[in-house]
Amino acid sequence: MAQPQPQTESSRLPGPRPTVRSRKAASHLLVHLLLLAAVFVVAAPLLIAFIFSTQTPAQIFSYPPKFTIGSALVENYKTAWYEYNLGMYMKNSFIIAIAVTVGKTIVSFMAALALVYFRFPLKGAIFIFILLTLMMPTEIMIVALFELVTKLGWSNSYAALIVPFLASATGTFLFRQQFLQIPTSLVDAAKIDGAGPLRFAWSILLPMSFNVIAAMAVIQFVYMWNQYLWPLIVIRENTRQVVQVGLKGLTSGQDATNWGIVMAGTIIALLPALVVFLLLQEQFSRGFAMSEEK
Amino acid sequence: MDTHAAYKSRWLPWVLLAPTFVILLVFLYYPTFETFVLSLYRVAFLGLSKQFVGLENYKEIFTDSKYRQIFWNTAVFSFFVVLLSMAVGLGLSVLANQKIRGRGFYRLMLIWPYALSPAVAGVIFLFLFNEQSGIVNYLLSVTLGISPNWLTNPVLAMALLIFVAVWKNVGYNVVFYIAGLQNLPGEVLEAALIDGATPWQRFWKITFPLLGPMTIFLLIMNTIYAFFDAFAFVDLLTKGGPSNATNLLIYNIYRDGFEYYKTGLAAAQSVILFVAVVVLTIIQLRFGESRAHYGG
Repeated sequence: MAQPQPQTESSRLPGPRPTVRSRKAASHLLVHLLLLAAVFVVAAPLLIAFIFSTQTPAQIFSYPPKFTIGSALVENYKTAWYEYNLGMYMKNSFIIAIAVTVGKTIVSFMAALALVYFRFPLKGAIFIFILLTLMMPTEIMIVALFELVTKLGWSNSYAALIVPFLASATGTFLFRQQFLQIPTSLVDAAKIDGAGPLRFAWSILLPMSFNVIAAMAVIQFVYMWNQYLWPLIVIRENTRQVVQVGLKGLTSGQDATNWGIVMAGTIIALLPALVVFLLLQEQFSRGFAMSEEK
Repeated sequence: MDTHAAYKSRWLPWVLLAPTFVILLVFLYYPTFETFVLSLYRVAFLGLSKQFVGLENYKEIFTDSKYRQIFWNTAVFSFFVVLLSMAVGLGLSVLANQKIRGRGFYRLMLIWPYALSPAVAGVIFLFLFNEQSGIVNYLLSVTLGISPNWLTNPVLAMALLIFVAVWKNVGYNVVFYIAGLQNLPGEVLEAALIDGATPWQRFWKITFPLLGPMTIFLLIMNTIYAFFDAFAFVDLLTKGGPSNATNLLIYNIYRDGFEYYKTGLAAAQSVILFVAVVVLTIIQLRFGESRAHYGG
């Protein structure tokens, strides 16, 4: 891809022919420059959002704009947290994201345990039944799901945001994939030692699955934390709303938008998912690689 | 597979499967089925009366020029989002997979936007591109002397939506493409190197074909992303405007269903989107089997 570059670089070097080493160094430099440019483009929106989250309206509207930390850091974050109720929305987001992450992990672990370690009739049919739900993202059924949840009396409740997400094909197959990689000799040995299936699951499978659990945790937490459409539809009471939808309230105030506060709110809202992702990014990548092979 | 199935019990597997079974049945299968049913009805305001109308809703969707525009918008948006996020993702993965210092750092710095929500990305870009105090227009006016109306020009509004969607999604593709590149059989690449193939030839003749299954997988995942995650971008940035120029199918389903209370029409559009997802998933599952020799 970077073919012409090494030659132009090396033509400035002494000697009749460029050495392999100098050619390599030049192409590495080019790769670094391209990657650094990409890293900057990816990071710039977030850096700008952070800088302006510290500025007063006067500083934001000043011309030319100032790309330095302003004087309203504490004030903007406080206002977003208390006056625009971001604290409350954050609490709601934490409750549903943690409930689904924990719940889905347990439910998926149990289902995979049955699918891998048990012989029972209709197993193939159950497998297909779970597999087919890969084709049913919540978004395509929002109209009918809303009617169902309303009939159940769950409008404006955490249940509407949690219960429909407690099981998934992705979660089940992630654990199934992991269990299938564990040598069969382990379960045979456990059986010979007289360990029943639950004992085997608890003392052998569970400790051997911590990596998958971590992968599940990060994928599910990020997914739930970032949900927007479904909470927007089903939650009409502010006290139960999640932070992603709460952000919308910051941008559509009565007065001219105070972008400093909006950006402060945005930074607050993105931090938990970003932190979880950064802490568990190794497990996340491995989990992703597994989720690709059904 | 069944070599692992060492245990036998009449009831335990069913108990273990019960939560998954019940939740998938009640909250995925039933609403999907209900969506088909609702698409055959016209529901009066607030669901007070429900009238069977057969395929009338579909007829309206396929004949009305407003819906034709929505389908067209969705196709344009999805095409560019998929193409650009995959092409940029692959290019950056090839770069970040070179034997250079700081590979791990580059990889992480390219993939983190995966953890951002579409809503957060939407709000940040609304600020960057707004016409009074937006940084983008400040930079453009200083350097090029222009100050485009991003949200009121139909073409620019669509371009902005595509840009933010690509910005957020490139990292997802980098995760998979780097994993794919690292799993490539080293012998083949070395043989090509010895044969004197240029990097350009090596990439197009060997690396890219070997990444084929990964590319198909990502093609489908990116298309599904473009169909659904687009909602927050549209809702926060353009609201479908100006005059429907950026109204996408998922956004219109929400509008018809929850702002205009045309439940039947919204359900019919959902069915159309569902069919698209089913076709894509079948392609993906079929390719998944042919992946056995790929060794991932």
